[in-house]
Amino acid sequence: MTAQPPLLDVQGLSLEFRTRSGTVQALDGVDLRVARGEMVGLVGESGSGKSVLGYALLGISDRAAAVTGGRALFGGLDLLQADERTLADLRGREMSMIFQSPRTALNPIRPVGLQIEDVLRRHAAAPGADLSRSLRQRAVQALRDVAIADPERRVDAYPFEMSGGMCQRVMIALALACRPRLLVADEPTTGLDVTTQAAVMDLIATLARERDMATVFITHDLALAADHCDRIVVMHAGHVVEAAPTRALFQQPRHPYTARLMSSTPGAETALADLAPVPGNLPDLRRADLPACRFAERCERATERCRTARPPLQAVDADPTHTVACWHPLGTAAVPTAAAGTPVALETLDG
Amino acid sequence: MAERLSAATSAPPLLRVESLHKRFPVGARRGAMLHAVDDVSFDLPAGQSLGLVGESGCGKSTLVRVLARLLDATAGRIEFDGVDLAAMPAAQFARAPQRSDIQMVFQDPTDSLNPRFTAREAIAEPLRLLAGLRGNAIDARVDEVADQVGLPQVLLSRFPHQLSGGQKARVGIARALATRPRLLILDEPTAALDVSVQAVVLQLLDRLRRELGLSCLFVSHDLNVVRLLTEQVAVMYLGKVVELGPSEQVFRSPRHPYTQALVSSIPGQGPRIRLTGEVASPIDPPAHACRFHGRCPRGEDRCAREAPAERVVQGHRVACHFAGELPGVSLATAA
Repeated sequence: MTAQPPLLDVQGLSLEFRTRSGTVQALDGVDLRVARGEMVGLVGESGSGKSVLGYALLGISDRAAAVTGGRALFGGLDLLQADERTLADLRGREMSMIFQSPRTALNPIRPVGLQIEDVLRRHAAAPGADLSRSLRQRAVQALRDVAIADPERRVDAYPFEMSGGMCQRVMIALALACRPRLLVADEPTTGLDVTTQAAVMDLIATLARERDMATVFITHDLALAADHCDRIVVMHAGHVVEAAPTRALFQQPRHPYTARLMSSTPGAETALADLAPVPGNLPDLRRADLPACRFAERCERATERCRTARPPLQAVDADPTHTVACWHPLGTAAVPTAAAGTPVALETLDG
Repeated sequence: MAERLSAATSAPPLLRVESLHKRFPVGARRGAMLHAVDDVSFDLPAGQSLGLVGESGCGKSTLVRVLARLLDATAGRIEFDGVDLAAMPAAQFARAPQRSDIQMVFQDPTDSLNPRFTAREAIAEPLRLLAGLRGNAIDARVDEVADQVGLPQVLLSRFPHQLSGGQKARVGIARALATRPRLLILDEPTAALDVSVQAVVLQLLDRLRRELGLSCLFVSHDLNVVRLLTEQVAVMYLGKVVELGPSEQVFRSPRHPYTQALVSSIPGQGPRIRLTGEVASPIDPPAHACRFHGRCPRGEDRCAREAPAERVVQGHRVACHFAGELPGVSLATAA
């Protein structure tokens, strides 16, 4: 990356949920850096804390959530310390989010055009706002930007009159209406067909490139992340376990969890017997006796040290961009179990 | 009728679907009909698996619901082991002996399991209702089938909310297998699961279908998953099967332009064929046009005038005028 400070710099973010059945340590010392115009993939199983991190950045966490440490610097401002008013001004204008299920996230009894106008009106003074045109014209343009056919007519449609892919485009239009600098896309293509998924991902990538927008792309689909992301950050049970440029990660995953995730994803050449799932389940994050490395109980390489001392996220060898939090990272020798999922992604990167 | 690929195997198929149609009346106009399944034919030999892929709205879920006899067909035959099931109304089929021969695994185990039933009760229900078992016989069979799907006995007394996603998926599979079906219909069985759990469930399904000699119909939008579990795959577009052939071949060298676009959209596949335009309406579609016309990169005027007949190209059944001349897209990964 360049010498200029990252657009988003999350350092040691810890967050817990205080529930009746105990305190869930959902995020524990999470680091995440995103540069301008960069697309960073956040991958991991459900429950690894990906969405919680996204919500925390936008200050829309559940009421039971409490930030217990860390900073999240966004253009010099610590998002975790900012008051609600400041955040409300930022949301939709400087940073916005695409949610997982567009049908639930959109207002079902309001035409989509008006929903876009709401955002535009709230941030009328957004930089780059084109005040020469009416809100409606700008809403139509926002729909046109996301390649919705016949936007003049669609602007009056209700979400139920649109297909799932179309609703997702409306969500994207909504999120990008004020040209934010940071987009958090939380599983934006879950539930969409592969053809629609490809179109939606292309759209996000194209708009991000055109507008020099940074994107945090949350997904559990490694192959999809590999197709579109510059860097990938792997999370497990509220810890970042590995972060690397996409190509480097697929060439040589260093963390045993990353390798296992890859080997459990079926690719075009995978045989059923090649699939090597991650053993066990995510640990219960309410436990007081969590091992220091939260993957230790699922890991074949774990030793006593893994249970007692948390491995820092650090560069494995000469490459400072490839960091891993593991006492026993996978070596340069090929990882047999990871081989299956790997070549698919690599060829994409070459192409 | 097009030639039957699977006729290559000499044994009569377990399931033979002939010119199956399902239309729904739609309220908008009097007499308007939504053609959800339109003239679908295929054979499924005993012990084999057929994958059904296509975009949402292409009719694959309606098709399996008609085949599971949860819906009545508008026209056509569903021959199961020589008996035409389409002739029997769905309400009557609920009590037919074939009911326990055809079982279904539903998409989301969280939604499809009764939250007030323990795992044991969920698995026992079809045994009581369909197999007519009572008392200890039920318990014995539940234990047996739980064992087959790798569900530990201690979990049988739990309710769905006390089980993990993978465990619920196992309960759903055990419940479907309880009555010893010969045909298992799986509607997106792993869509709600994490990749690592999905891998376990896929391996489980593969083992079960081999051990029990099951025939499977496997609906999924994940083409890589379909390829792993099926011998044949049928690609549907707007109610029609546009391509049908051996799975490995269909994915390696798809012949229909729609299949080519679909396969190229799988993440990690390299260059993509981008489809433009919207899917045409399934309501009273023109009888003499290809359904894919308007979105098809290869489309010509002829496609708007003449619905393509199915033809066999290199072992695939393809419904496209140009199937013979289209270059098989050779994918980077297949090289």
